[in-house]
Amino acid sequence: MTIEHLDGNALAGPLGELFTFDATTAVGRCAHCGLTGPLAALRVYGPGPGLVARCPGCEEVVLRLVRGPGAAWLDLRGTVSLRIPLPD
Amino acid sequence: MGIISRGFRGRRTEGGDRLPPGQYLEHGFPVLSAGPTPRVPLDRWEFAIDTETGQTHRWTWPELTALPAETPTVDIHCVTKWSKFDTNWEGVSLDTLFEDVETSVEYAQVYSYGGYTTNLPLEDLLDGKAWLAYRYDGEELEPRHGGPVRLLVPHLYFWKSAKWVRGIRLTNEDWPGFWETAGYHNYGDPWREQRYEGD
Amino acid sequence: MRRLIWRAATLVEVRAETATARTLVLDVPGWPGHLAGQHLDVRLTADDGYSAQRSYSLAAPADGERIELTVELVDDGEVSPYLTEVIEVGDQVEVRGPVGGWFVWRPESRAPVLLVAGGSGIVPLMAMIRARRLAGSRTPFRLLYSLRDPGRRYYAAELRRPEPGLDITYLYTRTTPEDWPRKAGRVMLGDLAESGWPADFEPDCYVCGPTGFVEVAADLLLDLGHAPEHVRTERFGPSGG
Repeated sequence: MTIEHLDGNALAGPLGELFTFDATTAVGRCAHCGLTGPLAALRVYGPGPGLVARCPGCEEVVLRLVRGPGAAWLDLRGTVSLRIPLPD
Repeated sequence: MGIISRGFRGRRTEGGDRLPPGQYLEHGFPVLSAGPTPRVPLDRWEFAIDTETGQTHRWTWPELTALPAETPTVDIHCVTKWSKFDTNWEGVSLDTLFEDVETSVEYAQVYSYGGYTTNLPLEDLLDGKAWLAYRYDGEELEPRHGGPVRLLVPHLYFWKSAKWVRGIRLTNEDWPGFWETAGYHNYGDPWREQRYEGD
Repeated sequence: MRRLIWRAATLVEVRAETATARTLVLDVPGWPGHLAGQHLDVRLTADDGYSAQRSYSLAAPADGERIELTVELVDDGEVSPYLTEVIEVGDQVEVRGPVGGWFVWRPESRAPVLLVAGGSGIVPLMAMIRARRLAGSRTPFRLLYSLRDPGRRYYAAELRRPEPGLDITYLYTRTTPEDWPRKAGRVMLGDLAESGWPADFEPDCYVCGPTGFVEVAADLLLDLGHAPEHVRTERFGPSGG
């Protein structure tokens, strides 16, 4: 079988355009199977037509990001929550 | 517009009038995927059309391949800006599959093995505009290109030509699919450059 | 930290690494600095507005507002042919970064480090080696560098110079130098067992290369008992270029 995906690291640039923190170190929980881990550990398919990040445990979609001219679309339906490391 | 990089041209040199706006001509066949490639054994493969009244029409692999086949040669256009001319397919026209289907609705939701979905008006699947394709360039359709069977709707951007197609649900309401809910255009006509929502 | 923006970058120096790869030194006014292992996005725009972008790893710690990338020519690519064959000193591109806070090494880290590079996957790992040197760190590093043939080596002269605390093992998958003790072939369990660290040392492992290579090497490290949280990976996708 061919291996077609990238690491969640590939989300760093595209998400960095949206957020002021490095989202790839944020820890998320898969809405489908409950597996938790950093976004950097997701399996990312794309970049075209959009980035699709899947859970390494169950392969369900955790996050989708499409960048068009003048707008980005972010879908986090597959994520229960994101724990974002922040200084006090 | 950003800073111009001197001497950068990108991949746009040929193609002429056959290229829809914003597209470039590709000679390879790029593989784009939104997930792992599903493997569907032929003895378990099936295709279904579900109507609004709850009727289901089903075809197994032997049943599908026993239907009269056509060999369309078409240009295809991917929303990521590549186009490929004169692609050769073999498959069954959707008109053939819809012969005994009674329906009065306007919308079709296409779904695939692996979970992908896409939507289009039913009329865009009929009158010789769409096929279930199972051979490409004289060979069995490879899994990475959507095999065993993919939808082929070449007059719309290629994301509408769902790989690993499993069925079509006919509905009164339009249900946006995988990319249509994530910023892409609901219809996707390459000649009107309908790439994104609002184009 | 703030949201990423595109900045103008001017090419100030070019160094050939192999027949198909070169290092570009760019001057980027306002560059905020970066960590070893991070990458950036490069955007090219043609005079009619057409643009294309790709991600590249940073090859060295920032020298003020100067940064380095090493770019391999990808057949049938769109951005890499420009960066390896067309761009000249004085030309401009746009860059956005740095990005990625996961596949990074910080000089204050004390854990031993294993770097596993497949082909051009050496680039972000070289940034870690250079960051270690720059910081005067004594953290022990081991590098396993898998290459198709000896002509593909990046940073050959720099890696040939002995460096205390850095051990390098080369592995060739197609063609070896003459009298090379190991036969040409893909990375195997024994390679990582011999050239790496025992799992008890709890080293930080960084694996970078083409997707297939990373998958194999990372699985072998897990087989050797390394904990998944100590094995960080960065894959180069099929859509490079």
